[in-house]
Amino acid sequence: MLLEIKDLHASIDGKEILKGINLSIKEGEIHAIMGPNGSGKSTLSAVLTGNPAFEVTHGSVSFKGKDLLELSPEDRSREGMFLSFQYPVEIPGVSMVNFMRTAINEHRKYREESPMSAADFLKFMREKRAIVELDSKLANRSVNEGFSGGEKKRNEIFQMAMLQPKLAILDETDSGLDIDALRIVAQGVNKLRSAENATMVITHYQRLLDYINPDFVHILYDGKIVKTAGPELALELEKKGYDWIKDALI
Amino acid sequence: MMREFVKTYTSLYKEHEDTLNRSSVPLLNQQRSNAMERFDQMGFPDNKREDYRHLDLTAVLEVDYGMNLKRFNIPSNPHDVFRCDVPNLTTKLMFSVNDQFYPNEKPLNLPQGVLCGSLAELSKTHEALLAPYFNQLAEQSLDGLVHFNTAFAQDGFLLYVPENVILDKPLQLIQILQGPEEMLVQRRLLVIMEKGSQAQLLLCDHTLSPNRFLVNQVSELFVADNARLEYYELEMSHAATTRLSHTFASVGASANLSQNGMTLSNGLTRNNIEVHLNGSNSEANLSGLALVENEQFVDNHIWVDHAVPHCVSNQLYKYVLDDQSKGVFSGRILVQQDAQKTAAYQSNRNLCMSKESKMFTKPQLEIYADDVRCSHGSATGQMDETAMFYIRSRGIPEKEARLLMKFAFAADVIDNIHLDPLKDRMRMLVEKRFRGELARCAGCTAAQCS
Repeated sequence: MLLEIKDLHASIDGKEILKGINLSIKEGEIHAIMGPNGSGKSTLSAVLTGNPAFEVTHGSVSFKGKDLLELSPEDRSREGMFLSFQYPVEIPGVSMVNFMRTAINEHRKYREESPMSAADFLKFMREKRAIVELDSKLANRSVNEGFSGGEKKRNEIFQMAMLQPKLAILDETDSGLDIDALRIVAQGVNKLRSAENATMVITHYQRLLDYINPDFVHILYDGKIVKTAGPELALELEKKGYDWIKDALI
Repeated sequence: MMREFVKTYTSLYKEHEDTLNRSSVPLLNQQRSNAMERFDQMGFPDNKREDYRHLDLTAVLEVDYGMNLKRFNIPSNPHDVFRCDVPNLTTKLMFSVNDQFYPNEKPLNLPQGVLCGSLAELSKTHEALLAPYFNQLAEQSLDGLVHFNTAFAQDGFLLYVPENVILDKPLQLIQILQGPEEMLVQRRLLVIMEKGSQAQLLLCDHTLSPNRFLVNQVSELFVADNARLEYYELEMSHAATTRLSHTFASVGASANLSQNGMTLSNGLTRNNIEVHLNGSNSEANLSGLALVENEQFVDNHIWVDHAVPHCVSNQLYKYVLDDQSKGVFSGRILVQQDAQKTAAYQSNRNLCMSKESKMFTKPQLEIYADDVRCSHGSATGQMDETAMFYIRSRGIPEKEARLLMKFAFAADVIDNIHLDPLKDRMRMLVEKRFRGELARCAGCTAAQCS
């Protein structure tokens, strides 16, 4: 088992958002997490990647057999966790090249490998950039600074390609994307898919799932997973909306 | 208390006036007694004055400093102390030790007519040329420290570039503080750029002895019509060094002055910079970077005077403060009534890394013309935690993430350096400084060695 979440509770500023999540993900699987606004989807991704703004109050998460909650955000990344942010952060003054080179070499250091040479790194970066058709000009600019919404999301998938995670969490990666950008992003994700890694797609709409086909669809509602099924569940949601879930629960 | 200090130095002056005059030259001696009078009237600035509100000099002035009035010889040869390889940037390298210019070992091979070296020595043969400039800007100052310098200064650094002469290699003056005891150093600089001339000058401040130093420095920069001066100042001193610097610049028509002051390590620093844009279409770009920690203090006091129409000025000052350090920025832009079509901008950004660090900032805009573009802004904040998490989520440890963020914050000031090899060198020095790896030797040769 790659990821095993048991009875996970988490809160922010004393307000409980996750109220007992149970979820298991194996290598090679794609899991979609769907749910209405405010159900806790983004909180789940933040807690899994160690965002210090959230407090885990109960439960356990094991990742590759390790206690994930004990690890710092950077160690989670170096163990193979990746989050494609819903709102990628602009960092003026830090170039994409420098940012990625630092990240890659920190990953290598963690695995006790020597740093990548500048030439190898640039070649590697060129290859990965092609996956999401990211312009070389963007790679020379500051991280996300002045990028359009679509460019930011492509840049997230580019970073995912660079870091080659075991588990990628895509948090609302489809939001704010036009249809072409959506296709490029989804194709990128599909190209990176393998039997060794897994993907968690967090989305509000079914649209992205036309391109990235999940093995499982989970519905998150009020901090809990209330329903799990195959891909057909996403289509049902698209047709009926979320109200029928609410009605069924009350 | 301040009055007592003034008395100490006025009586010291009376006692040693003859010695001072004997060991200096007429160009400097002519200004002495007038300056002493002004100093006596104005005294040392106390913190009741608005412009010294955050700077109390009492503790600094209490120290019993020695002054090298009799001009004893410099103990060591700075060329030996600073022997280094030269990578990308070659400069015309010179040294001053305390307030004495150290004679060049080799000729600098500068174009004909350029004067570069000891102000006292060169004035012996060029007094008529220099007299219309020396102390002309400084004399107007309302700060007693400036006249304190004029009264005691015996030598200094001179750069004179004749009409239309372009210096292709940057000049570098390494200003060393060294001595067996507490010392008061009166440094003097005079830069005269004639019409259409161009030069780049880099000043590097270093303290080599562990004892206390008080540097009182006065620099006058004359940039005539169509001339261009890039003036870089890099301070890498130590906690027991006080640097009080007063820079006056007069910029002529279509002339360009770039001034970039970087404080990488220091004790107490006050930089007064006064720029008068006196000819239309002139431009002044002023930037500063202060990286302070422990009990360090940096106070940049800028005044840009737009006296005529169609001039441009930019100010960009950034501070990164850690521990109990303190920063002060005061930037005044004066747009006089005739200075229509002025474009004047000012920005001050500060990053407080600790709860104990303090930043005081005061942007001031005074506009008497009605057709101008001016802006000023100041922001002081902490590290952006959202960005920190973003960086860490990519596998970069917290400490490295902080470094990246601090470095990014400082980047645009470094980008204002036009000299590419110096820019690269500054990037390296700033990074080392943030990593706490800044060895003295890495700094002394900002543009020189690796």
